[in-house]
Amino acid sequence: MSRQQANKLAVGVLTVVAAIVVIPILLVIVYVVWQGLPALSWAFLTEAPRNGMKEGGIMPALLGTILLTLGTAIVSFPLSIATAIYLAEYAGDNRLTRWIRMAIVNLAGIPSIVYGLFGLGAFVLFMGFGTSILAGSLTLGIMTMPVVISTAEEAILAVPQQFRTVSLSLGASRWQTIRYQVLPHALPGIITGIILGLGRAAGETAPILFTVAAFYVPELPRSIFDQTMALPYHLYVISTQVPGMPLQIQYGAALVLLLIVLSFTLVATLVRTQMRRRREW
Amino acid sequence: MNNKIEVREFSFYYGAFQALKNLYLDIRENAITALIGPSGCGKSTFLRCLNRMNDTIRGTRAEGQVFFDGRDIYAPAVDVVELRQHIGMVFQRPNPFPQSIYDNVAFGPRVVGMAARRSELDRLVQESLEGAALWDEVKHRLRDSALDLNPGQQQRLCIARTIAVKPKVILMDEPCSALDPVATLSVEDLMRRLAQEYTIVIVTHNMQQAARASHYTGFFWLGELVEFNTTENLFSAPKAPLTEAYITGRRG
Repeated sequence: MSRQQANKLAVGVLTVVAAIVVIPILLVIVYVVWQGLPALSWAFLTEAPRNGMKEGGIMPALLGTILLTLGTAIVSFPLSIATAIYLAEYAGDNRLTRWIRMAIVNLAGIPSIVYGLFGLGAFVLFMGFGTSILAGSLTLGIMTMPVVISTAEEAILAVPQQFRTVSLSLGASRWQTIRYQVLPHALPGIITGIILGLGRAAGETAPILFTVAAFYVPELPRSIFDQTMALPYHLYVISTQVPGMPLQIQYGAALVLLLIVLSFTLVATLVRTQMRRRREW
Repeated sequence: MNNKIEVREFSFYYGAFQALKNLYLDIRENAITALIGPSGCGKSTFLRCLNRMNDTIRGTRAEGQVFFDGRDIYAPAVDVVELRQHIGMVFQRPNPFPQSIYDNVAFGPRVVGMAARRSELDRLVQESLEGAALWDEVKHRLRDSALDLNPGQQQRLCIARTIAVKPKVILMDEPCSALDPVATLSVEDLMRRLAQEYTIVIVTHNMQQAARASHYTGFFWLGELVEFNTTENLFSAPKAPLTEAYITGRRG
C-alpha cells in the first residue's frame, strides 16, 4: 500500500469513527423530541400533576429544578472563584497547594451518588437542615465545584502575564491587579465554567435523591428548608414508580430536562465563542 | 547634582546563579543614565531590581543596598507597592492594556487613589498625555481602544501611563527595540524633555542610542559593572579594555 493510499485509509477510518460517535447523541435527541414534543404545551409547563401524576403537567418539578440550579450557583460560585483565584494567583507549589489540587481532581472523579450520601449525612442529618432545598443546593454546589474551579483557574492563567507586571509596576497592589486587570479578562471563561457546572447540576438525580427531592408535594416550597420536586427525580419517578403512566408525559418531561441541560451547554459555547472573538491580545 | 539612587555592594541571584556581582553605582537626579552591554549581562535584571519587580519571580534573592532618596528599598519595612508608584517602568514592547486610551492613563491614578473627582482625573490624564507628547494626536479619541494606535504612539501612551502616577524615577527597558527609526527618535526626544522633571534609567542594546540620548553610561559584562562614566567620556575615552572592545564592536 502506498503512502497516499494509507493516508486515504486513515482519513476514511477516522471519519467513520467520528461519525459513529455522533450518531447515538443525535438518535437520543431525535427520539426524545419525536416522542416528547406532542406532550409539550403551556399547560404542561404551568400545571401541577393530577390524578396520581397520570395527568397534568410538571410545573412543581420544573420550578424545583430552577430553584436548585439557582441555589447551586449561590453555593458554588463564590467558593469556586475564590479557590481558583487563590490557586492561580497566590498559591505557590507547596504541600498545601498540592493537597488542594489533589482534592479537586478527586472531587471531580467521585460518583454523584456518593455526593448524595455525603449530603444526607452532612447537611440533612448532621447539620439538621433536613431534606430541603438548602441541603440539596449545598450538595449540588460541592459537586459542581471541581469543574468550575478548573475552568476558572484556566481562564485566569490565560490572561497574559504582562498585564499583571504592568499593573504592579504602576503601584497597584496584588489584589487591585487581580481585581482590575486579571478578572475582567478572565470573566468570560469563568462564566463558561459556571454554566457548564450548572448544566450538570440541573440534570443530576443521585445528589438530590436523599437531600431534597420529593416524590410528590402538592404545594410549592415556601422557604429553603422545604422539600421540592425536581425534574430529574420526577422523571425517574414517573418512569419507574407509577404503574400505567402515559408514555407521552414521561417523554415530555424528558424533553424539558434535555432542553434545559442543552441550553446551558449552548449558552456556555456561545459565551466562549464571543470571548474568542473579542479577545484583543 | 544629587544622587537619586545609590547602589552599594549589590548582588542578585536567580536560585544558585549569581546574575549581578557586587555593584556600586550612583544614579544622578534629572539625568538620563544608560546601561549597555551584551544580552544576558544583567543590565535588565539590574533595572528590575530598582523597583523590585524581580520580587515577583520565585527563587530570586538580593544582597546589599539600593538607596532611593537615602532610604534602602530592600529594607524589610519598605512598602513595595508604594515604592513602585515612585519608581515607574516602561517596557520593551509597547504593552497598553486592551482598554481605552483614557483608561490606560487613568489606571495608575485610580488604583493609587490620586484623583478624587472626575475633573481632577481628566486633568491628570491630559497632563500625562501632553507630557508624553501624545495629547494632540489622541485628544479627540480618548475613548478609542489603545490597541488602535501605532506602535510608536502605543509606547508614548505607556510613558504617559507611567508618568500619570507622578513617579520620581522612570526605568526604561529597551523602550525602542520594537519601534521603527522615526518612532525611536520621537521617544528619544521625549526622554530628553522628561529628564528635566524625572530621573531616567534606560537599558539599551543600541549604543548609538546610549551615545545620543544619555548623560551617563554604565557598561555591564557578565553581571559586573565594568565601567561607569559620563557618556561623553565613556564613548570617547573608555578606561577598561573590555569597554573599548565592546563599543568599537569587537566584543559582544
